[in-house]
Amino acid sequence: MSTDFQFGTDEWVAQEEARRREAEAAGRLGFRLRRAWDRIDPRLRLLAGLALAALVPFVVHNDYHLRVAGFTGLFISLSLGLNVVAGFAGLLDLGYVAFYGIGAYSYALLASPHFHQHWPFWLVLPLVVLISALFGLVLGSPSLRLRGDYLAIVTLGFGQIAGILFLNMDRVNLPFLHLDRPLNITGGPNGIINVDDIRVLGYTFDNVTRYYYLILIFTALILIAIYHLDRSRIGRAWRAIREDELAAQTMGVDVRRLKLLAFSVGAGVAGATGVVFAAWQGAVFPPNFDVTVLIILYSMVVLGGVGTVWGAVSGGVILSILPELLRNPEMARFIFYGALVLGILFAFRRRKLSGLALLGGVILWGLAVKALLTWLRPAWLTQPQIPASIAQSFYAPLIKALNWWMVHPLNSQGVGNIAFAVALGLLLVAYRFKARFQYALWVPALYALTFVWETRLVQEPSITRMLIFGALLVLMMNYRPQGLFGQRRVQRQ
Amino acid sequence: MPLLETRGLTKSFGGLTAVLDLDLKVEEGEIVSLIGPNGAGKTTVFNLITGLYLPDRGDILFEGRSLVGLQPHEITALGIARTFQTLRIFTNMTVLENVMVAQHCRSKAGMWSAILRLPGFRREEERIRQKAIRWLSFFGTRLVGYRFDQPAYSLSYANRRRLEVARAMATEPRLLLLDEPTAGMNPHETQEMTGLIGRLRDEAGCTILCIEHDMKVVQGISDRVVALDYGRKIAEGTHEEVANNERVIEAYLGRKRACAKPGEPSAEPQTQT
Repeated sequence: MSTDFQFGTDEWVAQEEARRREAEAAGRLGFRLRRAWDRIDPRLRLLAGLALAALVPFVVHNDYHLRVAGFTGLFISLSLGLNVVAGFAGLLDLGYVAFYGIGAYSYALLASPHFHQHWPFWLVLPLVVLISALFGLVLGSPSLRLRGDYLAIVTLGFGQIAGILFLNMDRVNLPFLHLDRPLNITGGPNGIINVDDIRVLGYTFDNVTRYYYLILIFTALILIAIYHLDRSRIGRAWRAIREDELAAQTMGVDVRRLKLLAFSVGAGVAGATGVVFAAWQGAVFPPNFDVTVLIILYSMVVLGGVGTVWGAVSGGVILSILPELLRNPEMARFIFYGALVLGILFAFRRRKLSGLALLGGVILWGLAVKALLTWLRPAWLTQPQIPASIAQSFYAPLIKALNWWMVHPLNSQGVGNIAFAVALGLLLVAYRFKARFQYALWVPALYALTFVWETRLVQEPSITRMLIFGALLVLMMNYRPQGLFGQRRVQRQ
Repeated sequence: MPLLETRGLTKSFGGLTAVLDLDLKVEEGEIVSLIGPNGAGKTTVFNLITGLYLPDRGDILFEGRSLVGLQPHEITALGIARTFQTLRIFTNMTVLENVMVAQHCRSKAGMWSAILRLPGFRREEERIRQKAIRWLSFFGTRLVGYRFDQPAYSLSYANRRRLEVARAMATEPRLLLLDEPTAGMNPHETQEMTGLIGRLRDEAGCTILCIEHDMKVVQGISDRVVALDYGRKIAEGTHEEVANNERVIEAYLGRKRACAKPGEPSAEPQTQT
């Protein structure tokens, strides 16, 4: 790190500048990528992205995969809306999913046999956006008095209340109406089914491909709207409030108004997305709008980079597609080992020899363990067979090599659990030591990790997905806290 | 009619009286310096004028109109801008954006015209940009060109002060409140800032009320000096008159029999973060 700090520059800035200069001089990959990306015209980025996305139905011949692609679009527009509230205006809104639910339930009530209402889509969409935006105003009003953690608690409460209402509003007693039985509004845990498909100008969206293109257009419109909003006096005022509310106020920004506007815009986007979701799924159920969705959305925004439009998009794409890839154990294996090898090479990119030594060490260690066990206790081991279904596929060689290298105990569950504890313990111990001894401990730790992966994780994709999510976020926050597309931020002293 | 007038302005925080019965007049086109030892209530006066605090008693008149009870942004819209003693720039926004934000109350494009990029919006956006560039060029070449798109945190301390002044000027004020504009600057930069404050009045037609500790700067810029101590006005007049005033000297240096006064908290408003 160079030390030629300029006069009057504070230390952090000087370090950051030095880092930037260093990166520039070394022509680092990240720096070059960033510069190349910045040079692309935003319109070109959008067009290229749309063109790629429009090709998906031609490449994918499986309705399930196309549904995943459609969900990716919905998640992108949801995280774009969340980005307005949490990213631009800096308001930690944990009740965001409630608006998604309100939008979806509103459409389901107005366009389904549940109340025998079949309102046209072009009428329902603006109406639902209006309803959600109004709810956004309601939730936004406490934000005028609350900041940070307190706002988070209040909004989280709102989200929970909405979820409980969706679940329990199937037996509502209304006064003065003298109904013979309680009114069923949301259908409770059974939800509302047979929701109408979207019909626009006599054209019905009734299959996955059509919905996919509808979602594509919808998401593109939201992206453009929010991108434009970000680069206007409103977007600037939002960011000014995030940076320094008091200064923004004294510079003539009406903080109350703009905070409420941020909440309503976010809520409106979520509500509109809810409409599309309800129509596409043809039904709405309470778990579609629970805290899990909120967590995934926040992960998307944080991973991509808080407060950036492209970050929300990339976060949405990565976190929608990755879990689907992990569903297939063979594909999951590819991703796991690829990430492991690339991760080691990346971490040791300045000391390539050490990195290679570590990789080689793990492989040799595996062979040694296998040889030792086959010699001493052959009865403990089994030799798994490759299923015929994948014998011809392109990952068969990898699986074969793995089977040959890795030990496969009879009681894989029990041994796997023990290995999991051992792996964590070794990693923790390794962290305490310095340099050479640490590397020596990394070898058995990494081996134990791959063993756990083979015996336990690959068999249970649902748990593995969550673990990978968590690991990804932990790594990201450690090495690139600003997210993929974010700019490094400075905290005011 | 004076541009700004306070009548019997009083503000206390619990048992501490920060400002007491302050009568202050600033005429159009004047440069008035507000001096006083630490904790004398100078910044509190600024916070009262800009609407960050509500006075306990008294009135603040701007062009004959009472400011008491108005929101800070409404006061800015009327034509009062300020800078902060502890810098409060928008750290993670670009230099140009920092100044463009200040045009918020002078522009009116709504959400839909921004989303649809209507011609009116484009024209207004271009106007905002030009104004911001104009105010940044006020400081010579320091804040222009490649600086526009740099994040504000990359600026040096003196440049941050300049940026704050440019941002305040971009709200198109009639009255500019400067809170220690030369704090933390080296002698050369201080001298330059002194000249600049004069130019703000002469070229931009701004009336200026300025808190300043550096008596050289005060001497260089002020038409009139007002001295505060314990929230009270203790002297008023030209620089010579105030500088030789016995009570002012006493307030700064203390009398022989007076004990050292305990330190008082800064009057800068705190925000929760």
